Amino acid sequence: MASETLATRERRGGLLGWFRADTFEGVRRQRAILGYLFLLPAFIGLVTFVVGPMFVSFGLSFYRWNIFKPPDPIGIANFQRLLTDTRLPGIYANTLFLVVGTVFITQVLALALALGVTKLRSRKLAYFLRTSWFLPVLMSGAAVGVTLSYLFQREFGPINYYLGLLGIDRVPWMTSASTVMWTIIITAVWKNLGFIFVIYLGAVTNIPQEILDAADVDGAQGWRRLWTVTLPLISPIMLFATVINVIGAMQIFDEPQIMTRGGPGDGSRTAVMYMYEVAFKEQEFGYGSSIAVTLFIAILIVTGIQFLLSKRWVFYG
Amino acid sequence: MAGTTTTVVRERHTINPLDRPWGHWLQTAFLIAIGLLTLMPLLWVISTSFRTLRDSFTVPPVWIHFDFDFSNYQSVFDTIPFLNMLKNSFYYAGGAVIGGAVTSALAGYAFARLQFRGRGVLFWVVLSTMMVPGQMTIIPVYILMGVKYLNLVNTIWSLIVPSVFTAFGIFLLRQYFRQIPGDYEESALIDGANQWQIFRSIYLPLAAPGIAILSILTFNSRWNDYFTPLVFINSQHAMPITMGLVELQGEWSTGSIAVVFAGIVLSVIPVIVVYIFGQRYLLEGLMMGGIKG
Repeated sequence: MASETLATRERRGGLLGWFRADTFEGVRRQRAILGYLFLLPAFIGLVTFVVGPMFVSFGLSFYRWNIFKPPDPIGIANFQRLLTDTRLPGIYANTLFLVVGTVFITQVLALALALGVTKLRSRKLAYFLRTSWFLPVLMSGAAVGVTLSYLFQREFGPINYYLGLLGIDRVPWMTSASTVMWTIIITAVWKNLGFIFVIYLGAVTNIPQEILDAADVDGAQGWRRLWTVTLPLISPIMLFATVINVIGAMQIFDEPQIMTRGGPGDGSRTAVMYMYEVAFKEQEFGYGSSIAVTLFIAILIVTGIQFLLSKRWVFYG
Repeated sequence: MAGTTTTVVRERHTINPLDRPWGHWLQTAFLIAIGLLTLMPLLWVISTSFRTLRDSFTVPPVWIHFDFDFSNYQSVFDTIPFLNMLKNSFYYAGGAVIGGAVTSALAGYAFARLQFRGRGVLFWVVLSTMMVPGQMTIIPVYILMGVKYLNLVNTIWSLIVPSVFTAFGIFLLRQYFRQIPGDYEESALIDGANQWQIFRSIYLPLAAPGIAILSILTFNSRWNDYFTPLVFINSQHAMPITMGLVELQGEWSTGSIAVVFAGIVLSVIPVIVVYIFGQRYLLEGLMMGGIKG
């Protein structure tokens, strides 16, 4: 009965009747139209500034193009150049070393801090420590790079001064090819530790206390409880924290760019820095794009491997 | 309430060897040591920024001194157009926050609460753009911003416009809108509200915490951005503060360290203020991905 009246009402309303709020169908249509309208701005933007450029990047990697000459299709020549570019192996080795070093140290330290700080009895101390660890996260990579470039300064830097008190000779932190990557790793750890720590803090405080108590009663304490109870419980978040840490480390740019400009030589140049140099200093958009493409593919592969490996160690309760 | 019960239970079970006095002290010492290592460079920056030029690079480093000298802060404004750079950073971060909140709230609401054909596929497309790193798109976006197309290079708009559209923001707010019960809509419909009113007066206010999280994360990331401005901006009048710091330092670190550090302190203040007032939202936002999946 009621539906009949609604249907007649809808018919009488003509075109606008289609969207009448007092009919079920009208509401449904309203919602659908509104859905498309609401998506429109975000979609236009994402297509123009993310999806489109991504495909253009793939396309550009098959062109030779600088700002002065029209684009010239050269097939896979850019990728052949990638394979023969004598600077690239060192640059990729730097990036890999930076990723492995930064992620390993950051993960271990952040997890230890999260486990430790939740056990502190003094709330004030816990709050103070959490804030101290987190402060570098708030700073820009530029501010961190500038600050640490003075801190690591060889002659007058405070770090070498204090090492000197311990009887250690001045370390050429930023000027020797054999130490410079360690300097960048320390910088990256210092900058990102608080971020990964916050993620682990959330995970550790979310573990139900009953489970830990049950483990205690069953005789699993200390390291054993850590390995058999705590770590498996937070393993999904360990995967998440490692994945974003790796993706972030593969894209590190600001700090080495400011501290060393990639030097000495290519000693601290990362893949992103090389892409920046090729594309925006030498204005070689085609070759620059091919470096960007390999970096993107590398990120996809590494992330994929992490998810595949995670099946062996991540425990979903 | 839950917090107090857990602490009580926890203290009853301190039979863990690491919780014995010496183990506990060792752990606490370790935590404090890491805390000092992260804090000391910052204290050094603040302390040095108040020193006179002559005393600024003393060995051994002096941590606490009582002869505050504010002239370095004056020098920051004399050396580079610092005020203008602050303004540029505010426009960049503010524009990204407002634009991002509007587009993400609309799209997030559509994905969470409106039914239409193709919703699943479109959402998948949005999610997949989250995987694309900024470096992958910057060359085409630079060309797009260039003289041939939008002609926005060297303006603050070249920074604001692309940063408005983020898959992350859409995803975050979709999650927020999904948590709000659907019952509100039925009662609003009975009261004669239309679909826009339901969004604007019921769901949008309820999603305010989500919008706060997104805004704070966006503000921090844009305020601290160095890479995009480095590519799009090369004249001083359009530079944000991150580039200003590097300008202040000079190509071969010729700038006075005390002046550079005064600049760093000034540049960090807005982010610290946002942190103090929005701590809860910021930390929740950072933990979100981990806990809510």
